[in-house]
Parts: sequence; structure tokens; C-alpha cells
Amino acid sequence: MTPETAWAEAMRFENRPDPYRFFDELRKAPVARVADDVYAVTGYWELLALAHDPRVSSDISRSPVAAKRAAAAKPPPEAEHMKAYGDQPSMIVSDPPDHDRARRQAMRHFGPPHTPDLIPSMGPGIEQLCNDLLDKATGQTRIDIVDEYAYPVPVTVICKVLGVPREDEATFHRWIFDAMAGVDLGPEAATDEGRARAEKGRASVAALKQYLQGLVESYAGKPGEGLLSKLVNDDSPDGPMEPQEAASNALLLLVAGHDSTVNTISHCVLTLLRNPGSIERLRSRPGLIPFAIEEVLRLESAVQFFPSRSATADIEVGGTVIPKGSAVFLMYGAANRDPRRFADPSRFDPQRPDNEHFGWGSGIHTCFGGPLARLEVNLALEVFLRRVENPRLVVDPPPYRRSQVFRGPQHLLVDYDRIRD
Amino acid sequence: MTTFAPGLVADLVTEFKAKGRIVIVGASLAGLRAAEALRDEGFNGQLTIIGDESQEPYDRPPLSKQVLKGWVPADHTVLPRLRDLDADWRLGVAATGLDRVTKRVLLANGDEVPYDRLLIATGTRSRPWFNPKEGALEGVFTLRTADDAGRLQAALAAKPGRVLIVGAGFIGSEMASVCRELGLPVTVAERAEGPLVGALGGVIGDIAAEMQREHGVDLRTGVSVEALEGDAEGHVRRARLSDGTTLDVDVVVASLGSIRNTEWLEGAGLAAGFWGVGCDAGCRAFDINGVVTDTIYVAGDIARAPHVLYNYQFLVLEHWDNAVFGGEVAAHNMVSLEPDRRPHLPLPAFWSGQFGVNIKGVGVAPFADEIVITQGSVKDRRFAAAYGRQGRTVAAVTFNHGKWLEYYGALIERSAPFPPPPPGYDQAGDMTPIPARFPDPRALTGLPDVVLTGHDPTDRGAAFRPKKR
Ligand SMILES: Cc1cc2nc3c(=O)[nH]c(=O)nc-3n(C[C@H](O)[C@H](O)[C@H](O)COP(=O)(O)OP(=O)(O)OC[C@H]3O[C@@H](n4cnc5c(N)ncnc54)[C@H](O)[C@@H]3O)c2cc1C
Ligand code: HEM
Repeated sequence: MTPETAWAEAMRFENRPDPYRFFDELRKAPVARVADDVYAVTGYWELLALAHDPRVSSDISRSPVAAKRAAAAKPPPEAEHMKAYGDQPSMIVSDPPDHDRARRQAMRHFGPPHTPDLIPSMGPGIEQLCNDLLDKATGQTRIDIVDEYAYPVPVTVICKVLGVPREDEATFHRWIFDAMAGVDLGPEAATDEGRARAEKGRASVAALKQYLQGLVESYAGKPGEGLLSKLVNDDSPDGPMEPQEAASNALLLLVAGHDSTVNTISHCVLTLLRNPGSIERLRSRPGLIPFAIEEVLRLESAVQFFPSRSATADIEVGGTVIPKGSAVFLMYGAANRDPRRFADPSRFDPQRPDNEHFGWGSGIHTCFGGPLARLEVNLALEVFLRRVENPRLVVDPPPYRRSQVFRGPQHLLVDYDRIRD
Repeated sequence: MTTFAPGLVADLVTEFKAKGRIVIVGASLAGLRAAEALRDEGFNGQLTIIGDESQEPYDRPPLSKQVLKGWVPADHTVLPRLRDLDADWRLGVAATGLDRVTKRVLLANGDEVPYDRLLIATGTRSRPWFNPKEGALEGVFTLRTADDAGRLQAALAAKPGRVLIVGAGFIGSEMASVCRELGLPVTVAERAEGPLVGALGGVIGDIAAEMQREHGVDLRTGVSVEALEGDAEGHVRRARLSDGTTLDVDVVVASLGSIRNTEWLEGAGLAAGFWGVGCDAGCRAFDINGVVTDTIYVAGDIARAPHVLYNYQFLVLEHWDNAVFGGEVAAHNMVSLEPDRRPHLPLPAFWSGQFGVNIKGVGVAPFADEIVITQGSVKDRRFAAAYGRQGRTVAAVTFNHGKWLEYYGALIERSAPFPPPPPGYDQAGDMTPIPARFPDPRALTGLPDVVLTGHDPTDRGAAFRPKKR
């Protein structure tokens, strides 16, 4: 199989439940050219090196992929119009020094050293949420883990953290859903349906952006609760964030702040149910739960890669030279199963030693929300293990969502005997 | 001719792990981590840990930071225990001698402790003030132990009129930073051209000097303190500097680098000397003729081992990481057969916190002749710099830019060309290397805490005696 074919197969929608066979194929060359101007990095060591290489840029405006997507868009890309309007990239698609500054500005209101108590203080509320959701499921014997459990928790939490009204959830949920379905890096993007999805996705991003822009502007000068308000009203050394830039980062934080957590909770349940005995093992040794979660992140990587990066110079790595200007996809999910780094890489082993996986990324863009996500997934899993009696998978594999980047089940049906008190 | 059956050799290891006797001298970071690693390796024999300090092993880095600020009491930095040890602790008693013939460690209380394998982890102590009478004045301090830190913290909490710190290495600079945080007037006197010059060179020293001055430190470089004067009660009150000036001071901290605790090895015939105890990359001690021993191992600040990345020069590293990893490798090799032994070839790494800046480094900067600031902004105190020697990248330092360190570590590990390729963004400016301006480490100014000490394993000079026919 050529790298091009392996890549196309890995990206193909019907292979979303298991792209890993194709990643194994692709990894025969740990750094491979998979399409015009696109290099996929599937080797652990090669990825580690590139994630820390200051010649790899995350600035989306430098990526040939972004340029192509913009060119394919009709009517002509809103990018132009947005630029005129003063659109500012979020931290995840920018480079230092802007990246570092934006990340500092946001982190100030999220974690240590300036805000050490915010995340720990959310614990009891998160646990309550999880319990409320299972209370609702007491009268029945089947639950959709995605819709009825994994999704409501993180979305409620991130709304509270950011200061986004919870009652707007139904509206932005649809936009986010369509936005993600619209970003297709696989062969189906070129079909009529693919183009229609892309179109709808762009419109949804624009709507979501406008919504958040309005919210952020409403906070400017009129402080309210939450991170977004603090971001635009701050007097830290870096100053307040400009509303345009705050809106971009609000979009990032809102989406990144719940979507991957949903997928990780779902994948935790899926993985435990696929591995007989592991539920009992974790129930008898709850101390293993955090390790089991890291192992699920390694195996299923909720963020499979992030397609922002490109090479700012010719870079030699893994026996290949990535030419200047090429897109560089750091395939976290694939590298997480590199047998040169992880023995028996497809096996679920919550006691795996030295499990330094890329589930949270690597380098300066390493996940901003890790501590919050860990708390949410831990509590969700603890409550699930404590209360759901004799859980069983209904369909395996479950149906998956379309996105190659944010990979996770669309639904995850689980049957059970009863919900304990 | 007979040969040993491999089975028998393996049995020796099993038996040693069950019944051997291991003695560790030095009950601090390297000693404790080695002891834990020995048990992890399955060593079930007799384990004795000898330390002249009476406290349980504790951590030193917080002493010049959290402890002096008053955030953490001096006796609250006990090192976390990673596992049960079941060891015979001999705390509060110094080792005074080593008899390699009878394989015994001699103790100050007259006891003798026999060993099959010995780990030397006696580290370093502060270099005292050169004039003992002045050094004995009330208000004159050094900082190495928890007791030192407790006394100094109390003296700082008493709001002295001015603190004088002599020596601007990492620890001296950290103390100056704490003094400013506490709002105390502080003078730093450094014989070299700037702070941190021994460890990081003059280019970074200039930046460190700016940082000190921005934070209100009265920094005097290129001067030495020639004398301290006390009042009638024997409390230090004045310092006389080599430039002819005098200072009114209430607290003086001598931060003049360290002395290796090798005196107890006098006469044992090991390659022990000014720069520590010479050992091979597997932590085995050399004797004075450069012959490697089979039973004696060395780890931590006191070890001096050849490093492949630095032309096999013997390297001393007064770094936390080095004590931990060195202790672990020594432990492993003590209970392993030759084919299973591992090298301790650390990529040296350190950190320091001062004046609101987190300084981190990798590699051996004093090995370099050139430096280039690669990423970020010196003005904002957020940057990375790489060090090179003859076209190879040999070290790097970051100021509030530690996330990039891993990249430079990888460059150093493969001796990548210097200067490194320009970054794709946030370039610090001109990428032309400039001289790094290191003083000669043997000149004893500038207080390096990483020293390349040449190629001679004994540093006393091994006598070459041709074999008689
Ligand atoms: C104030 C301070 C701040 C520091 N900050 C940092 C930092 O930020 N980053 C960093 O990387 N490193 C830092 N270090 C260095 C780090 O603490 C040392 O590298 C580390 O302690 C070395 O451990 P060791 O076990 O080799 O030696 P030591 O910690 O010196 O321990 C040796 C022990 O042996 C004992 N001993 C000596 N002689 C005898 C004898 N004859 N018999 C019995 N016992 C004996 C000593 O009393 C001591 O307890 C700092 C050190 C100090 C003092
Ligand atoms: C289990 C859940 C999560 C996973 C698996 C995850 C994973 C990741 C990964 C892999 C990246 C790196 C992207 C890149 O390569 O550029 C990333 C970045 C990011 N994540 Fe998460 N994330 C999770 C939860 C969260 C949460 C809860 C938040 C917010 C509160 C969040 C906010 C961010 C942000 C802002 C970035 C960009 C950081 C930067 O560019 O510096 N994430 N995340």
C-alpha cells in the first residue's frame, strides 16, 4: 500500500472506528508524504522531535492546507472579509510570541499560579452533574453514553468556566456539530455531499464566531462572571485581550473545552467494556482509574492530530526531508501506537509503565485544559463505575462522528441491569 | 582449562542480592535514591546508610527559595520516600576512613562497617569564609544545610539594614532575589564580570546583571570582599571591598561555591581530590592509578566521570538531576553483571528561580566558546540561547522559555551543527554567534557548578611505573 492510499483509507469515513490498521501501514515510513504538500508523521520519536522544533509553525495562515481550503470555498473565502473586519487567530493556530502571550492571558484566569483554585473547586459540581444524569437513567436499562452522559457534563462545565449562557447550548451545539462535520481531510471531501458539508460548516463557524463576538463585546467594560469577561477586562502585565482575538479564543475554548472530553469519556466506557475484567479491576482498585484514562487517551486519542502545522524550512527527520512550506500533520493517535515506543501497542494496559503518550499533544501547544479535562473524565468514570450495574455494549463498533481530527463515537449504546443509588 | 559456567555467574548475582552487604556513605539525595533503587533492583541483603547530618534526608533546592522566603520551615523539606527501605540508618555520625583491604568503613564513633559494595555519596559543603575569625562573626552565613537555611531565614526575617551576598552563582543570585522579595536592601559582590558567569558565561551574565539591578540589587562586579569587621558584641557590621569602598551590613552570606567531602577517603588510594572522586561512566570509582575498582561506586555532587558528549573529559555536576540518576545507575550496576551494566551519561540539566524568571539549562555551557540567542526576547526576559563549540551545539539555556529546552536537548545529544537553524518565528534577532565569555573554571571565580576537569581520572596525577622485566 502506498502512503497516499494508506492515508486516504485512514481518513475515509467508514474507517473511522479503526483507522489504526492504516496508520500501521503508514508508519512503515514514520514521516511520509501523503498528498501534495502534506506530510504525515506517525512515528513516536519523529513526532516528538517535530512537536518541539521551532521550524514547525502552527500559524494557520502559513499552511498550504488552509490556503487550499480557502481557495475551494465558494462564495470566495470569508477569510478576506474577516481580515478586513479584523479577525484574529486563536492561540492554537498562532506562533510565539503571540501564542505565548494569548496563552498567558487566558491561563491567568484558569489555572495556577494566578487562579489555582478554579479547577479543584469545580469537583463537587461535576460529580453532582454526573449523578443527576444517572438518576435520570434509573427507570431504564439502556443509555446512550454520548448524548445522555458524556456530552452534558463537559458542556455544562465549560459554559460555567467561560461565562457562556447554558441556555444557548442547543444553538451552539448544532453549529459546532456542523462545523466539525465540515472539516473533512479525507477522500469524501471532494464529493458533492462533502462540498455541501464544507459549505454548511463554514457558515456555522461564522455564526458561532458572531455569537461569541457579541458575547465578548457585551462583557467589554461591563464585567461579568467567567473567563471571557476577565479576558477582555484584565489589567495583567499583558493587558486585556482585544475583543476580536478574545472571540477567536472563546471559540477555541468553547469547542476544545468540551468536545474532546466528551470523546474521551465515551472512549473510556467503550474501552473498558471491550476489555473483559477491566471494570471489576478498576472497581476494586480505584487508584488505577487515572492511569486507565491516560491509557485510553493513548489508544483512542480524542485529538488525532491538528491540521494547522507547516514547515518553515526544509526539515530533515526520520530519513525524510520535509520541504519548506509543506503541511506537517503530527498524527498523535498513530504515534501513540508506535511499537518502537509502546510494547504491544494495541493492548489496553492501565498499568503500562512510562506511558508518555501524545493524547494531550506535545510542545508549546500542549493542551491548555488538561487538569480540568482530567478531573471531569475521572469523576465521570468513577460515578459510572460505582453506579451502573453490569454494563454491556449494544453495538461494537459504535457509529462514529465524521471528523478525523476530533474522533469519537456519535452514539454509544450501553445496556445495564440497574443504576445503583 | 576451566571456564565458569554462565549459570554459576548468574547464581552469584542471586546470592549477592540475597546476602550481600552494601554500605552507602552520604545520606542525602544521591544516597537515598540509590538505596531505593537497590531495593527496586531486588537487593534484599544488608543495607547500611551512613550520614553525618542527624536529619532524615532532605531536599536542598527549596532552601535558597521557599525556605528563605519564609514559606516553608527549614525542617520541612524532607525528601519524599519512594518505597520502604528496611535499612540500617547511621545518622549523625561521620565516616572518617576507608580500608579497602579489609573492606570496612570507619566511623567517627569508632565503629567499623564492613561492606561488599560501597557507594560514596558524600557530596559537597559550602566553601567557608576565607578568614576563620571573620567567618565566626555573628551574622555571617553560608548556605548548604537545613540548619544553615533556618538560621539565615531567621536573620532575614529580623529585617537587617543591609544584606551582603558574596558570590553571584546560582545560589547567591537566588538569595539576592529572595532578599528583594522580602524588601531587604541587598548588595551582591562578585569577583567575575557578572552574576552566573561561571555557569553561563558573560553574555548571559550581562542579562542576569540587568535583572538584579532592575530589582533593586546593589550589584558590584569585578570586586572581592577583602575583610569583614564586627562590633563589640562580635556581630558583623562592615565589609571592606577590593575597590576601596566599605559597606555597612548586618548579614553577610558567603556563597563561594563548594568543597567536595573527600577528606574521609584520605589514604584509601582512590582517585579522590579537589574535584571529587573520579569514576567511570558506570559510576565505578578509579584508584589513584586510574585503575577502576570493582566494589566502590560514586554518585551525586562528589562524582567526577568522563562524558562522551564532552570529549570524554571528566565532568562534575552539582545538579539535583545528576544526583538522582547517578544514584540509580550506581545502584543498578552494583547488583548487575557486566553485560547488564548501564552508563550514567546524563544530559546535564538544571533549573533556578530568581527575580521572577525561571532559568533552565541543558548541556555543559562552560564547554562552549560561542553563544547565540535564538528565540524570544531578551528585553522581555523570555528567550532561549544555544551554546556552541567548534561548530557543535553543546548547551542551551532558557529564561522563562523552558518549553523549548527539549528541542535543544535533542540537538546537543546528536552534536548538531552550531549555530542551530533559525527558528521559523519569534527569532531573537541576529543569529550570528558571539563569544560566550567564560572565565577559566580553574580560576575559581564565577563559581561554576558544572566543571570540566580534564582527562586525568585521578587529578592528582597517576605515577607511571613501567613494568620491571
Ligand atoms: C541552597 C541550594 C540550592 C540548590 N538549588 C538547586 C537547584 O535549583 N537546581 C539543581 O539542579 N540543584 C540545586 N542544588 C544542588 C543540589 O541540591 C545538589 O546537587 C544535591 O543535593 C546533590 O546531592 P548529593 O546527595 O550528591 O550531595 P549532598 O546533598 O551534598 O549530600 C551529601 C551528604 O553526605 C554527607 N556527608 C558528607 N561527608 C560525610 C561523611 N564523611 N560521612 C557521612 N556523611 C557525610 C553530607 O553531610 C550530606 O548530607 C542546590 C543546592 C543548594 C545547597
Ligand atoms: C480529554 C480532553 C482533551 C483532550 C484529549 C485534549 C487534547 C488536546 C491536544 C492534543 C491539543 C494540542 C493541539 C495541537 O496539536 O495544536 C490541545 C490543545 C488545546 N486544548 Fe485540549 N484537550 C482536552 C480538553 C481540553 C479542555 C477541557 C480545554 C479547555 C478548558 C482544552 C483547551 C485546549 C486549548 C486552548 C488548546 C490549544 C493550546 C495552545 O495552542 O497552546 N482542551 N488539546
